[in-house]
Amino acid sequence: MSQNHSLMDFVHRQRRGAELFLLLLALAVGIGAYAAVGLGMEGTIPADIAGYGGWLTALIVVAHVAIRLFAPYADPVLLPLVAALNGLGLAVIHRLDLDDTAQCIDNDTFARQQLIWMTLGVVLFVATLALLRDHRLLQRLTYTTGLTAIVLLLLPMVPFIGNTVNGAKIWISVGPFSFQPGEVAKVLLVIAFAGYLVLHRDALALAGRRVLFIDLPRGRDLGPILGMWAVSMFILVFQRDLGSSLLFFGIFLIMLYVATERPGWLVVGTALFAAGAFAGWQAFGHVQNRVNIWLDPMAYYDQNPGSGQLVEGLFGMGWGGLIGRGFGEGAPCRIPYAESDFIVPAIGEELGLTAVLAVILCYGLIVERALRIALISRDGFGKLMAVGLGSIFALQVFVVVGGVTGLIPLTGLTTPFLSYGGSSLVANWVVIALLLRISDQARRPVPRLSATDAGSDSESTQVVKLK
Amino acid sequence: MSELTLFLIRFAYLAILWIFVLSAISVIRSDMFGARVPETARGAAAPTRGKSKPPTRRRGSPTHLLVVEGDNAGARAELEDAPLLIGRGSDAAIRLDDDYVSTRHARVASSGDEWFVEDLGSTNGTYVGSVRITQPTTIGLGIQVRIGKTILELRK
Repeated sequence: MSQNHSLMDFVHRQRRGAELFLLLLALAVGIGAYAAVGLGMEGTIPADIAGYGGWLTALIVVAHVAIRLFAPYADPVLLPLVAALNGLGLAVIHRLDLDDTAQCIDNDTFARQQLIWMTLGVVLFVATLALLRDHRLLQRLTYTTGLTAIVLLLLPMVPFIGNTVNGAKIWISVGPFSFQPGEVAKVLLVIAFAGYLVLHRDALALAGRRVLFIDLPRGRDLGPILGMWAVSMFILVFQRDLGSSLLFFGIFLIMLYVATERPGWLVVGTALFAAGAFAGWQAFGHVQNRVNIWLDPMAYYDQNPGSGQLVEGLFGMGWGGLIGRGFGEGAPCRIPYAESDFIVPAIGEELGLTAVLAVILCYGLIVERALRIALISRDGFGKLMAVGLGSIFALQVFVVVGGVTGLIPLTGLTTPFLSYGGSSLVANWVVIALLLRISDQARRPVPRLSATDAGSDSESTQVVKLK
Repeated sequence: MSELTLFLIRFAYLAILWIFVLSAISVIRSDMFGARVPETARGAAAPTRGKSKPPTRRRGSPTHLLVVEGDNAGARAELEDAPLLIGRGSDAAIRLDDDYVSTRHARVASSGDEWFVEDLGSTNGTYVGSVRITQPTTIGLGIQVRIGKTILELRK
């Protein structure tokens, strides 16, 4: 019984002190990178390091205090991981801004803009934690969020506000601001999928025909997955955005599998994906280009559209080797868009494999924490949402890092928290806030007796809700 | 800037990066099994409350949890040992030989005079009446809790 008792009395501590300690280290990572960039590029520690470091510290402290106030039991590792990645990303973008070599024709204020976006991200992070006190409220908005997501995905198709950048119709411009609505849509879609699947998982888990030891789903249950497949194909065909198309379908498939525990869905989903990818490859020149470049990058080096970007990235990582050239000693500007899609090769060139592995490990830990939150969460909606939010990061990092290293065909997606890109950064901060909210609910001790409040007033202050 | 200085800066920075990652992992490791200290404090507090409580407990309060239907019908656990773990695992207070029950399926614990049942993330769910519960739910005397093919009740 005593062993039983010790298992039962499993409670999570708040661990806010541990979080603070990790945040200090994360700040050292962010500000240290900024100082190292200054030393490497200009030979001195940058003059504005106090202002920059102070601003970064203020943002992190605000986020930390918000967690202490609004989500005291939340996971202690997520915020430091995000802070470190964001800090490192800012420093690398700043390093690319400082580069004045001929290839660097880019705007020199990317880092400043990114810091402004990060500020907005932290503001929304705090707002999400403060306003959303129980993630289960979102379950009521299942269909509203789903509809909003579809509308957001369609917005770039609308004349006048839609904007085509590099062949992908995924931007909207209102006045001087441009935004990628797809980044917000992915968060809303996860909420909608979670709300839908938690209600319908029992029906979707019913087995149909059995083929080769795997229960395939029933034909009449195929509606949702076909619908989602149509949405991804629509994005692929009309917005020419391979990455988002893969991301949305992947998230849905993972959540469907987790909700129903039926490997049959993975078979059906993979088959649909393969069919879609094959049709895309047959029908579109730009998909064929991507595949050809993936199969033989060197052959298309000096063509247009060619593989120059990918190959320069590979050269950069190769030159960087195990511990990199050092900030200011590499030539990451040779890679077009090094600050957004190709930030991982830029890190690989100047900080080497050692740093790239650390970065990938950080993403791995974020995903691990998300799955852990899903495991300990007590309600099905929270579980599914945590899995979905975690798989956003998992898929995005896999697609981007796989693409730039030549493992899979290159598709345009941002590296979460590292890449330059406001929409993505802000949306990812909100994702982290949602994960922390679920984690706070899951780790909070169940409403129960403590020696003090088990007294006579227990009937008036009943904490357990009857449902 | 000499080569050596730059090399040392780079090396120091990579060290900071990895110290951060390893610290994060060590925090995760120490977080794995939750708290030990508050638990012993609670463990110490529980018996004293348990001893002082029974006299004040009203006459109609339940004393044991009984399996009324299913393969293990008749099995019981005293509520004095609460919180009670129900499941197929060997550490459960009521062990059920029921294929539809998870290893650690549900637990029954008290809050003041109330008893509640909480699902521990079981595969097939815990039902109070006909409703699958998603959060700790209060149960009273004679209210049937269904776990797999087994039905449990609080009894006097």
